[in-house]
Amino acid sequence: MRKRTLTLPNGKVVTEQRSKVPLICAILLVFIIVAMRVTHFSFRTLATNGHQFFVILGAMFPPHLDFLNRVWQPLFDTIKMSFLGSLLGALVAVPLAVLSATNIVKSKLLSGFFKLLLSIMRTLPTIVMALIATFIFGLGTMAGTLAIFIFTVSYVGKLTYEQIESLDMGTFEALESLGLTRLQAFRYGIVPQILPTYLSTSLFSFEGNLRYAAILGYVGAGGLGIILNEQLGWRDYGNVGMILTVLIVTVGLIELISQTARQKLQ
Amino acid sequence: MSEMIELKLNEQPSKKRQYLLLGGIILAMLLWSLTAITFSAPDDGGAKIAGNIIKGILSPDMQLLWNFTSQGVFYLLFETICIAFLGTIFGAILSIPFAFLMAPSVVPKPVYLITRFLVVVIRTIPSLVYGLMFVRVSGPGPFAGVLTMSLTSIGMVSKLYVDVIEDIDRGILEAMDAMGCTTFEKIRFGIIPQLIANFSSITIYRFDMNLRDATILGLVGAGGIGSPLIFAMNSYRWHQVGSILIGLVILILIVEAISNKLRAKLVNG
Repeated sequence: MRKRTLTLPNGKVVTEQRSKVPLICAILLVFIIVAMRVTHFSFRTLATNGHQFFVILGAMFPPHLDFLNRVWQPLFDTIKMSFLGSLLGALVAVPLAVLSATNIVKSKLLSGFFKLLLSIMRTLPTIVMALIATFIFGLGTMAGTLAIFIFTVSYVGKLTYEQIESLDMGTFEALESLGLTRLQAFRYGIVPQILPTYLSTSLFSFEGNLRYAAILGYVGAGGLGIILNEQLGWRDYGNVGMILTVLIVTVGLIELISQTARQKLQ
Repeated sequence: MSEMIELKLNEQPSKKRQYLLLGGIILAMLLWSLTAITFSAPDDGGAKIAGNIIKGILSPDMQLLWNFTSQGVFYLLFETICIAFLGTIFGAILSIPFAFLMAPSVVPKPVYLITRFLVVVIRTIPSLVYGLMFVRVSGPGPFAGVLTMSLTSIGMVSKLYVDVIEDIDRGILEAMDAMGCTTFEKIRFGIIPQLIANFSSITIYRFDMNLRDATILGLVGAGGIGSPLIFAMNSYRWHQVGSILIGLVILILIVEAISNKLRAKLVNG
């Protein structure tokens, strides 16, 4: 590609940088076409068959109100699972995050090992963890809690060690030079700096987990997913509508509370 | 001197009561949620099964891993990338109108409240349910996966887009007004350059997440690596599970590294 050169009034010659946008667009377009081939994407099917999407959605209204009685128990199970998993996960994440932070742990090998551990834990799909857990611990909430726990550890752990690594270590050094032990310096120099972000990350992951916990039942790991799977299997979409309505209201409420709490923390 | 320090210290609002209250609530919730856990299963079977699973995963099925036909891990991973990629692109495009309708600085209050509620609803319905609905539209296969991903991406992406839209520097638009620019010019040179970097960064981040979530789609037959993975798990073929998981983990780690680099470049210019 040609570069355009301009001569300024004072005789200086500047060259204009060619924009990379056309190149990026071309690459994206090629990718899109390849991906459409691979996935058999066709707009025609979407246009002729699109209304089918609304068939199930339409059948969900009105939700069967008398099914509500059977929703409470699994709903509470879901909330308990995600709360317990998130709380324990957030607690366990702290030591792992400290051990992964390069500015606290001097050994590169040690921090690298814990970073890799957190990465791999985060990559394993939660639904796979839940399925494996059901084989080991049997069907039920225990398996779901374990899967949520593992995900929370990796998620909160990663965000917390990134936060620790971006900290200003001056306070820590100053406190150490005042004669505090490393532990005390950590308590008064680092904890107050990371605590608000840590709490808000944990709350955020609790919100996300609640949504996720609703799916886990699909593989038998307890909670709303079990009855959701059951009712979808029987094609009783009025009941499915009821379950989804309850889920949306609960998630909405908890999100509202947690958002207010997070705004207060900042 | 020390009196002054003490005075200053006492001026700080005490957060003790707040922390106590918070601790109390968390403790109560913890006790309540502990009732959900029942240690019914850990009989002698559990540990043995766990051992078998770990042994199987650690000795992956090399034949499946290095198989380049449409049954092999490589093709399945490629299909998963395609699903996540298309889903992210379409999701990002669909999110733009949603994001503008959710921005308090663009639309009146009733409109953005209604759109926000709609997006919460879209976000909360599990992707499995969408998957089932879309399988009716397109039949089982990766096409249904793409449609599901497009819809589930809207929730998070539009929410993050709104923050970017709210951060637009309006001074630039006013300056362009003063210069006599047309609406098209204002959008092309005043709004798009301010949005594009952050929008792309958010979209790349979502691609990361979609790649990770694509496994779930396998549960309802919506294509990708999920269905062979879950199929292998349900029939206890742990060597195959091992080879698929290794491929998936390595792929996600590579994509994550690339996307972090790209995003850092985009945001820092």
